[in-house]
Amino acid sequence: MHAIDRLPPATRHPGVALTLGAALWALGYAALDPLSRAIVGALPLEPQSRLAVSLQFFLYDAPKVLMLLVAVVFVMGMVNLSFTPERTRALLAGKKEGFGNVLAALLGTVTPFCSCSAVPLFIGFVQAGIPLGVTFSFLVAAPMINEVALVLLFALFGWKIGLLYLALGLVVAIGSGWLLGRMKLEAWLEDWVRDLRAAPPSPARAAPSWAERIDAGVAAVLQILGRVWLYVLAGIAVGAAIHGYVPQDFMASLMGNEAWWSVPVAVLVGVPIYTNAAGMVPVVQALLAKGAALGTALAFMMSVIGLSLPEMIILRKVLKPRLLAAFVGVVAGGILLVGYAFNAVLG
Amino acid sequence: MNEPPLRQVQVFGTGCANCRRTVQLIETAASASGVPIALTKVERIEDIVAAGVMSTPAVAVDGRIVHAGGIPTREAIAAWLGLG
Repeated sequence: MHAIDRLPPATRHPGVALTLGAALWALGYAALDPLSRAIVGALPLEPQSRLAVSLQFFLYDAPKVLMLLVAVVFVMGMVNLSFTPERTRALLAGKKEGFGNVLAALLGTVTPFCSCSAVPLFIGFVQAGIPLGVTFSFLVAAPMINEVALVLLFALFGWKIGLLYLALGLVVAIGSGWLLGRMKLEAWLEDWVRDLRAAPPSPARAAPSWAERIDAGVAAVLQILGRVWLYVLAGIAVGAAIHGYVPQDFMASLMGNEAWWSVPVAVLVGVPIYTNAAGMVPVVQALLAKGAALGTALAFMMSVIGLSLPEMIILRKVLKPRLLAAFVGVVAGGILLVGYAFNAVLG
Repeated sequence: MNEPPLRQVQVFGTGCANCRRTVQLIETAASASGVPIALTKVERIEDIVAAGVMSTPAVAVDGRIVHAGGIPTREAIAAWLGLG
């Protein structure tokens, strides 16, 4: 028996499996709107009543957001195989600051990253001679800008807000990395890090096949969706309640600006809180409903997922307190500016 | 019949959930197949870095790094243990 006969069908015919999967997905997605209307219509509810409006919103939005997440996480799982941290390091090595900061922030958005890997990754970059500021651009962008955050913002608050978050996240990552590079803080690395010899080259990996990419996509969906689906449903339930029960003029008034101190408070409160992007969505929904301005809510979200206390504690092993403080200070400052700018533009 | 050689397996990771899962998968595969392994967990950052590992969990078999950055698949583990 040939080894290939034992492979599952999806792995033997990746092209067919992908096309079929995409077609089924599109069909299901197109059916969501009529299906949710039909279900609510069949229930003994007054049409246009608050409960009916909320229920229809939930029945349409919950599967819509989950399906968008499945599609994007699957594609990113396939793409991520090409952007291992080792490959990213090779791409960044030898790049000058400025361009290096931009490239690092962009690579940070597509390189899979877990904060428990922050230290080995940081050292791997330093050993390859990548400037400290460029490394920081990567470290800021990697957790803050991720596919789950972007899909949720896009699906729940619209593409403009999703795009704005992406653009502002890149600005914060590039800007704060560049500024930290200007501050010449190499002396404040822990001594053992500075004394490390150049790293042995990482083993080269063969380019992944389509079958491997599909496997990686499926694995990413199972792993990420399994972790976030409950938060997503909670967030949409909050959104559905607002949709049915909060009047329109109230929604208009909450875009107004509030007190000047609300943005710094949001950033400060956000640092010690640590959760994933999906966990933030119900919170952002609730904040908006309570009358927070959008810039304040997004600054809070960036602060929670971009600056986390556990990551600081891990990074303390390689950064002396002064450098760690500079890192937190500059990034928090960047998020603060973004929050104010957002409120000013929308206000 | 010859005994299969003892495999030196190292798992690199700071003790996060993915690292524990990786250790568990390798132990299960080894005991199910009867391949003798000596498994060590490398948890000190300094040691992880010295081995040239940049993303955890990573796995080395007989001193050679075979995997980095994520939970390995059952198929990959079987191949490392010579069960392929």
